[in-house]
Amino acid sequence: MAAHTSQSVAKAAGDDVEHGDVARGLSRRTGSGNRTGGNRTGGRGGLRRALATHWYAWAMVTPVVLVLGVIIGWPLVRGVYLSLTDANERNVSRTIGVRHIEATYEFVGLDNYAAVLSDPVFLQRLAWTVVWTVACVSITFTLGLALANMLNRDFKGRAAYRMALILPWAVPGFVSVFAWRFLFNRDNGILNKILDGGGISAVPWLDDPTWAKFAVITVNVWLGVPFMMVALLGGLQSIPGELYEAAEMDGASAWQRFRHITLPGLRAVSMTVILLSTIWTFNMFPVIFLLTRGGPGDSTEILVTQAFREAFITSPRDFAASATWGVLILALLMIFALVYRRSLRKQGEVW
Amino acid sequence: MTTRTRGRRAPLASVGLHATLLVASVVAVFPVLWILLTSLKPAQHAITTDFVKEPTLGNYTYLLESSHFLSWFANSVLVAGVTTVLGVFIAATTGYAVSRFKFPGMKPLMWTLLITQMFPMAILIVPLYNLMGDLGLLNQPVGLIITYLTIAVPFCAWMMKGFFDTIPIEIDESGRVDGLNPFGTFWRLILPLAKPGLAVTGFYAFITAWGEVAYASAFMVGEENLTLAGGLQTFVTQYTSNWGAMSAASVLIAIPAAIFFVFAQRHLVAGMTAGATKG
Repeated sequence: MAAHTSQSVAKAAGDDVEHGDVARGLSRRTGSGNRTGGNRTGGRGGLRRALATHWYAWAMVTPVVLVLGVIIGWPLVRGVYLSLTDANERNVSRTIGVRHIEATYEFVGLDNYAAVLSDPVFLQRLAWTVVWTVACVSITFTLGLALANMLNRDFKGRAAYRMALILPWAVPGFVSVFAWRFLFNRDNGILNKILDGGGISAVPWLDDPTWAKFAVITVNVWLGVPFMMVALLGGLQSIPGELYEAAEMDGASAWQRFRHITLPGLRAVSMTVILLSTIWTFNMFPVIFLLTRGGPGDSTEILVTQAFREAFITSPRDFAASATWGVLILALLMIFALVYRRSLRKQGEVW
Repeated sequence: MTTRTRGRRAPLASVGLHATLLVASVVAVFPVLWILLTSLKPAQHAITTDFVKEPTLGNYTYLLESSHFLSWFANSVLVAGVTTVLGVFIAATTGYAVSRFKFPGMKPLMWTLLITQMFPMAILIVPLYNLMGDLGLLNQPVGLIITYLTIAVPFCAWMMKGFFDTIPIEIDESGRVDGLNPFGTFWRLILPLAKPGLAVTGFYAFITAWGEVAYASAFMVGEENLTLAGGLQTFVTQYTSNWGAMSAASVLIAIPAAIFFVFAQRHLVAGMTAGATKG
């Protein structure tokens, strides 16, 4: 496992010389690791032996296990529980000044799930979230791949282009979203002024459901391309040049070289960045929230912003409904990750 | 490898390459540049299309003197800084342990670390909000720091595992031969070598907390308690749009991050994908 994956990582890192050693070191490591991990626990003596062998490893992971248990595990359990209650801002326990008010919400079983799932709103949100995710990831990947291919050549000014193209990644996301809001401004934004100069009437970028969808996708693609590009560029640089030379000798066209050398060479990196990018986009709260607040109306609301809206924007704050949306979102992501992993396994990818 | 195409590209293809890259670069840079230019315009010209008109630093003086920008900045530095230090500190030994040892419980731990990274904030935000409300930590930096650790700890552990993996196992072995126990090996040999990795991990944790919007918007209210992500929202609301102040604040927020980022980005990608591909 180790040798294979670390090689694919070496490709991802675009730093093949150094990482070649690592791959070797790693495969040796897991060899010895298997030996120490070999003695399976069996009975009391086995437990003692396991403790003697593994106590330092367990001690080292203790801080993380504790922290994760307390600040993720416990809230997660509570979140699932809240989704089975009728909790809202009026009946949860809270501290106002020195006065502590006890919780009075009640267990209602699966009522919240029934309510959310039978409401057409859920399917609408889900459909738009899927469209949003697929559109963003596919456009970002295509642009990132195209730009990475262009930058993977030797020419004057390459470093300058690279620097310019990375800029959207360097600026904090919420700042960029505000910058775009300024550009998209209906009356005073530069985009409409430019269109106006060309004799085209103003486009209601953020005030029309369809244009707003277009706008949020544009901004998210703009934010996402640099990461894609840099990761894929690293992958491209780790493909041995001899392969291309050999293909050229055999008379392969540029397209054939791209199709049969570049794409297979980028497989490992692509799988990783597509998975990451899908999860990030699916959960992309700031772009939607800061650019359109889910609007106009609710046309750009994705699942996570909907969950946020239930708990923090609508009045009274409906914590139970928000928790229900949260659990459903998590379930969807888990299913996605499992399906993705299984399909990779089927294709012989070890991950 | 890179010399392969040199001199063989047709002039037309070369022009096409430069044209495409130029357009892409303009698209990438323009929004940022436009904000920079806007921040230098006096308020009455903020929405004009002139590139520069009567440049002034008025927006910046307004921002620093008449708004809560400095307290937002201090809040953000405090929250993101403490989150980073705690996150790296808590996660370092775990990153090392999963990189070097095979032990019962390792696989579930790795899966947990991976899965928690794809957790939507939607699942944790309500219970955490109620928890903080119970503890009286809403509107307090401490509450936000604890919340951000839910993101930072799993992330730092993954990323540091990736960096520890790049340190040859021979170094550990030599330490063991010299009689160091695993803690000694980690502390005296590996940690000093992993410093660049720790720095990059910390930097990433920092900008993640620096740019977080959802928790900050929900947990912090009251003008002077906000972090930058919340504060910036107050300039442009349904009712007011102070684009001048917004753009000046954007520039002040973006510049330090951007400069640092450009230097660190090569390592950032390496770390991200390294952590992500090793199952």
